[in-house]
Amino acid sequence: MAACIGTIDVNPGPADFTSTEHQHPRHGSSISQRPDSKHVMFPGALKSAFSNTMRFEQPSTYPALPTYRIVDQHGVVVDPSFSPDLSDDEVVKLYRDMLAVSIMDLIMFDAQRQGRLSFYMVSAGEEAVSVATASALAKEDVIFCQYREQGVFKQRGFTLNDFMNQLFANRKDPGKGRNMPVHYGSRELNIHTISSPLATQLPQASGAAYALKIQRMQDPSVPPRVVAVYFGEGAASEGDFHAALNIAATRSCPVIFICRNNGYAISTPTLEQYRGDGIASRGLGYGIETIRVDGNDFWAVREATKKARELALQDGGKPVLIEAMTYRVSHHSTSDDSFAYRARVEVEDWKRRDNPIARLRKWMEARGCWDENKEKEARDSIRRDILKAFSEAEKEKKPPLRTMFEDVYEQLTPDLKKQMSELKSQLERYPDEYDLADFEGGRDSLVK
Amino acid sequence: MNGASIRPLSRALTRTSLPWRSSAPAVISRSRQYSTHPANAKLNLPTDYSTTPLLAHSPESALSNPELPPEARNGTTKRMNLFQAINDALSTALAEDESVLIFGEDVAFGGVFRCTSKLAETFGGDRVFNTPLTEQGIMGFAIGAAAEGMRPVAEIQFADYVYPAFDQLVNEAAKFRYRDGACGRSAGGLTVRMPCGGVGHGALYHSQSPESLFTHIPGLRVIMPRSPLQAKGLLLSAIRSNDPCIFMEPKILYRAAVEQVPTAPYTLPLSKAEVLKQGSDVTIVSYGQPLYKCRAALEQAERDLGISVELIDLRTIYPWDKECVFQSVRKTGRCIVVHEAMVNAGVGAEVAAAIQEDPETFIRLEAPVARVAGWSIHTPLLYEAFNAPDVASTSPRLLRGMVVAC
Repeated sequence: MAACIGTIDVNPGPADFTSTEHQHPRHGSSISQRPDSKHVMFPGALKSAFSNTMRFEQPSTYPALPTYRIVDQHGVVVDPSFSPDLSDDEVVKLYRDMLAVSIMDLIMFDAQRQGRLSFYMVSAGEEAVSVATASALAKEDVIFCQYREQGVFKQRGFTLNDFMNQLFANRKDPGKGRNMPVHYGSRELNIHTISSPLATQLPQASGAAYALKIQRMQDPSVPPRVVAVYFGEGAASEGDFHAALNIAATRSCPVIFICRNNGYAISTPTLEQYRGDGIASRGLGYGIETIRVDGNDFWAVREATKKARELALQDGGKPVLIEAMTYRVSHHSTSDDSFAYRARVEVEDWKRRDNPIARLRKWMEARGCWDENKEKEARDSIRRDILKAFSEAEKEKKPPLRTMFEDVYEQLTPDLKKQMSELKSQLERYPDEYDLADFEGGRDSLVK
Repeated sequence: MNGASIRPLSRALTRTSLPWRSSAPAVISRSRQYSTHPANAKLNLPTDYSTTPLLAHSPESALSNPELPPEARNGTTKRMNLFQAINDALSTALAEDESVLIFGEDVAFGGVFRCTSKLAETFGGDRVFNTPLTEQGIMGFAIGAAAEGMRPVAEIQFADYVYPAFDQLVNEAAKFRYRDGACGRSAGGLTVRMPCGGVGHGALYHSQSPESLFTHIPGLRVIMPRSPLQAKGLLLSAIRSNDPCIFMEPKILYRAAVEQVPTAPYTLPLSKAEVLKQGSDVTIVSYGQPLYKCRAALEQAERDLGISVELIDLRTIYPWDKECVFQSVRKTGRCIVVHEAMVNAGVGAEVAAAIQEDPETFIRLEAPVARVAGWSIHTPLLYEAFNAPDVASTSPRLLRGMVVAC
């Protein structure tokens, strides 16, 4: 792939060549081998020591990168240096965010099953990864999600109405009824709208981070900002992942790559996805500071993200990789039945053994800021609020039809105006063949 | 420099001292194994860029262009080839807007075609820089930067290598604004430059002209300039445009096409075709390098057949200026579309379909719309002269168009 020849002679005609002065690329002297050097001085590996033993490195001889945790499955703090940096109320707020996402997931999954929604994706088992990482970011930071990060939206202030308006693609949906459910986006919250193709968001995050870096260089009054970008371990097999890490490293971009390693890419288990030491080992290969954390440990994820943000802003900016280990308790989406490829008992075991919500709850209960009554009250009120937002959104009109032609270009092109009026005549000619009832303004919106 | 271990950029840099720098291209081309027409050809003569009326050979002709703003028209001109005009536009863009970034493979030292010469030195390595060798990465990076308010001008070293970036262009750049809806963000600041087209010896992977793959994608603007003056104005328009633009540069023109170019900054309109020569009997629609062949062919046909030919440069290939083409064809009643890329599902198909679909234009047609384009094959090394449109393949179409009409 890519430019193999590098250049090509163009036209030998009577052109003006005078301005094409000779330019000699760097001569080799700066990287030449000094006599008796103990280290390789090739341009591609400046610090490599010579060896007279031929040995191929065995990945298996390297220990797996450790998984950082602060609180164990029982809610007990295992990192003695840890002290929470949030008030009890703040923790409760974040816990409620996780709870809200998990309750909304159950309701919406069922709603899809009842045919009231075309599609849905739950994030059961991964609530801590999204809520805790988001909690460690600044409001001005820019976020690119994959599609299983509703906790990020919730933590940053996306309301239940915002979720429902998008899911029902009604006239209040900022996506204007163009995107499948769960493709949320918010300019106010600095979260880019979700795009279905996997990993495309990763090099975009590198470029966005470079933009933030340059903007701060050009105007030091802009606050320091980072980009956070989410993806699964399956997406990390895409070329875009590798391109993103490499380009972020070479351009020193302040970006935090957050991998949700949940064990499955739809049906494909990690064993069939990769053979290295997870995704974290790749960060090192690209020269990127990397940590692996227990993704079910709210506090570990939050502390790691806090530190990652600090690192990302050091030395003029640099990328950081976090691999959060977790387990996708749910099916991939409403279009998937995961018991076709994994045992029900495996899932039940996981749910019983460890759950990010249960783990934070145990910690909170041990601390004395949460109990059974509060849990029940929270669950009931969240459920009520969701159902209220649900029924409001479901009743709303759909966006006007003309929306389908808008935003392709900054302005409607002559072609699109013409096509819009063609559609209008078609609808006038065959009024019984199209259902316009739900669309705001009916066919009259199709005017130039 | 030890060229063996690194991609051989040095060859591009030492080329000015080679003997073929002088004129008499046909002879020298053969000695360098270019695919060319024979020395005794009567129709397929080498394009003489020093006399073609498509280039402004004097300051007066450059400054008389009515599309230029008064500042440019009342200013001075400078002789530039295509890469110098591109360089001039890039330099202007960097100077006038600090959100402009320029990057791609080998861009920092000036680019393998010299389009980015001196830009890194002048504007700094933070704004003009090399990327790793990853087209999908370059494109994703550019889209992300555009989405956060920058105006990236990304270079793909050859159009032949844009395919790894296809997903980012089609699924991301083109859809960004549509997907974001009321949030209002877009990748509109993005401009992607890429050299395209044959040069006589580029073969399968240094000759392609994949514009029609992008003209199928709503959301993108696809532009191909024919000359240095056009390139400067269209590129500045593309960079300032709030829609993502694909800017394809016919690389054979980088050095060959030289003309007087206004020194002041100026833009030329996007999605607007230009009538290069008025005529009454037949319309030729083309863009990029084949315009020079069309110009030679129409001179031949006007001389031999006594007909009058209108020549249109689409300039922006999508969304394209249908009205300009329709008006011309309503007048002439005949149309030939000429492009270098493969004939199948190419731009010619779209133009021909649009002409016959427009009732007012269709009833004026006196002959079927013809296409002169590359065969439906890849671009083989030795056979370019038998593949790309030339005078001998274009001029008989003019004749045939007239015969059918009679």
